[in-house]
Amino acid sequence: MRRDYSENVPLENPKGHEELIANTGKVITLMHGSGGLATHNLVRDIFLPFFRNQWLEPLDDSATISFNGKRLAITTDGFTVEPLFFPGGDIGSLAVHGTVNDLATAGARPLFIAASFVLEEGLAMEDLQKIVISFARACQEHSLSVVTGDTKVVPAGKGGGVYIATTGVGIVETDYVLSISKARPGDRVLLSGTIGDHGAAVLMARGHLELESEIRSDSAGLWTLVETVIKNCPHVHCLRDPTRGGLAAVLNEIARASQVSIRIREETIPIKTEVSAACEILGLDPLYLACEGKMVFVAGPEDAERALQLIRSHPLGTDAALIGEVTDEEPGLVLMETTFGGLRQIDMLMGDPLPRIC
Amino acid sequence: MKYIREFRDPSLAKELIKEIRRECNGATYRIMEICGGHTHAFYRFGLVDLLHPHIELLHGPGCPVCVLPTGRLDQAIALSQQDTVLLATYGDMIRVPGTMGSLATAAATGSDVRIVYSPIDALRLAEAHPDKKVVFFAIGFETTAPATAVTLLHARERSVRNFFVFCNHVRLIPAMRALLDSPQTVLDGFIGPGHVSTVIGAVAWEGIVKDYGKGVVISGFEPLDLLQAVWMLVRQLKSGQPRVEVQYTRSVRYNGNPVALSLMDQVFEVRETFEWRGLGWIPDSGFKIAAHLSDWDAEVQFSIQEMPSREPKGCLCGDVLRGVKKPWECPLFDNPCSPERPIGACMVSSEGACAAVYHHARHSHFVRRKLSKTSR
Repeated sequence: MRRDYSENVPLENPKGHEELIANTGKVITLMHGSGGLATHNLVRDIFLPFFRNQWLEPLDDSATISFNGKRLAITTDGFTVEPLFFPGGDIGSLAVHGTVNDLATAGARPLFIAASFVLEEGLAMEDLQKIVISFARACQEHSLSVVTGDTKVVPAGKGGGVYIATTGVGIVETDYVLSISKARPGDRVLLSGTIGDHGAAVLMARGHLELESEIRSDSAGLWTLVETVIKNCPHVHCLRDPTRGGLAAVLNEIARASQVSIRIREETIPIKTEVSAACEILGLDPLYLACEGKMVFVAGPEDAERALQLIRSHPLGTDAALIGEVTDEEPGLVLMETTFGGLRQIDMLMGDPLPRIC
Repeated sequence: MKYIREFRDPSLAKELIKEIRRECNGATYRIMEICGGHTHAFYRFGLVDLLHPHIELLHGPGCPVCVLPTGRLDQAIALSQQDTVLLATYGDMIRVPGTMGSLATAAATGSDVRIVYSPIDALRLAEAHPDKKVVFFAIGFETTAPATAVTLLHARERSVRNFFVFCNHVRLIPAMRALLDSPQTVLDGFIGPGHVSTVIGAVAWEGIVKDYGKGVVISGFEPLDLLQAVWMLVRQLKSGQPRVEVQYTRSVRYNGNPVALSLMDQVFEVRETFEWRGLGWIPDSGFKIAAHLSDWDAEVQFSIQEMPSREPKGCLCGDVLRGVKKPWECPLFDNPCSPERPIGACMVSSEGACAAVYHHARHSHFVRRKLSKTSR
């Protein structure tokens, strides 16, 4: 298959290459991994110009490829989390859930998964075994087979215990295309549950903050929830799971890709009291905290109510809510009506949200 | 949630806004909120538009990250590049551009830079890494200075010899005087910072009222706090009797926090003068570590070269910090200066006025209008 490189930036063009680097900063910093704007620019300026093709271009979480009349969905994802074990999950189950959810955003039933484990010298074998068992159990729950894999070991100090890279393959079960570029003015925005649980749980579990809490990660695979919705609501236009960068990043990605504006209402966004309290203490905005078991649905008005009922009737969607609408007022921007009628723009953060100084 | 929802009650907020409009009675009051946290809250909760045009908010020099001059930041970056140094910093500081890159780029090219949430964490790092010289990059007003003070006392008590503080703590009131001494400063009154005032007390503002005739209402950080403070200030201004009032009574005492004040007394001395971004050199405006703790003072224990502070070309951070210019009046605002590729400090810090406008209010019509007029 011939690769369709961008005509603007041929592979041999040092001058063009320099310009692209100027946009991203001269070295990789942690910001580039935050899922915010720096990540977005990294992909746009360093990867996309050289990899560009029709399947990659939409920058969806999964690519869909037609093959003998069937549509396959393929996704790949790298998982790093500190600590490896946290309340509500561990890196093993997280990797499977993340892969399942990325496939689900394309309307695809997860079938196969490949996994590469990068292990750090000194990792306790018992911990690795726990992670592997957790990975296997999560696969079982989703009838997912591990069909190939790889292991590598890096010297002590050169890795975070375990990194897992997965590739997931699924089969698309809708006869229409779901994509983040398909949101249209008039569409409704639904969220399957509370925001920030995973981000807050991991922050707390790191122990730097010396706060005790009961917050558990929401890490979960959402295929069965997505399946009931897409089977019954043909006017669902896009799905996206708000992981890194949180709800704010996902809504911005949809607004940009679809060239629409999204207007949400603060009072309708579900959030657990503990999460909101932790955010207040730390000066963090829950809109930017990661979820690992939530899905944003953008649906046409004719299907929105039905979709919401279906999500709510699923055990992983009991807190689901209609949080806003797609409009054409400010294409590319996300706006939020605050609880007392003010209007605030919800921007993408440049890097990770950081606790404030005072 | 208890004690949060109560301060974000929409119906009370609407009533207060109505009352503020009624009190203003067609007039416009120019009010400066000094604290970056207040600036951020005004935008984050969408209050700026709701108060417009009755209240014109001027953003003051209260963002601790923004007021640090580039010279001091360059010194911190140079410190981080010294052998065996581990530089511990508050997260907000890490992306601020110095003359040659930021702490983030220093970290990416070999410096050991760690984000800490409190100076005590930096001291723990020193205890955990006896092979490293751990330097805490101390910044902030009297809000964060007591925490640095107590940490230095702990370091002495526990004889931690590989812990040092690069002290950049600043004092608010001398800066307010410098600001008011400038003829460019035209304002009616202040929303006083809640956390600094919790430490220094409402009493610290009496001199400002007496010498400059400007009223102050010290406010909390929730939307209802801010609206109530604005309402109190408008009524005070109308009365023609400037004074110090406290809206944030659940935190601020008239005489401040005696424990924190005494800690600062034990640990710090007032510098003859200290440099501020935008405000220049201000007498008595900085703290340095007292001589009896010089074993822990990075400025004594390391050779730190003097570095001149140079503002990036065209950057109006200085004017923005003095409330003379609005963020969107800076020719660099939005293009080319953005949180993505910040040129000035006010675009980086979460408490910076430019970042607050950029993140929360680019949609706002009066910002739009101003932006379209600016030659781009």
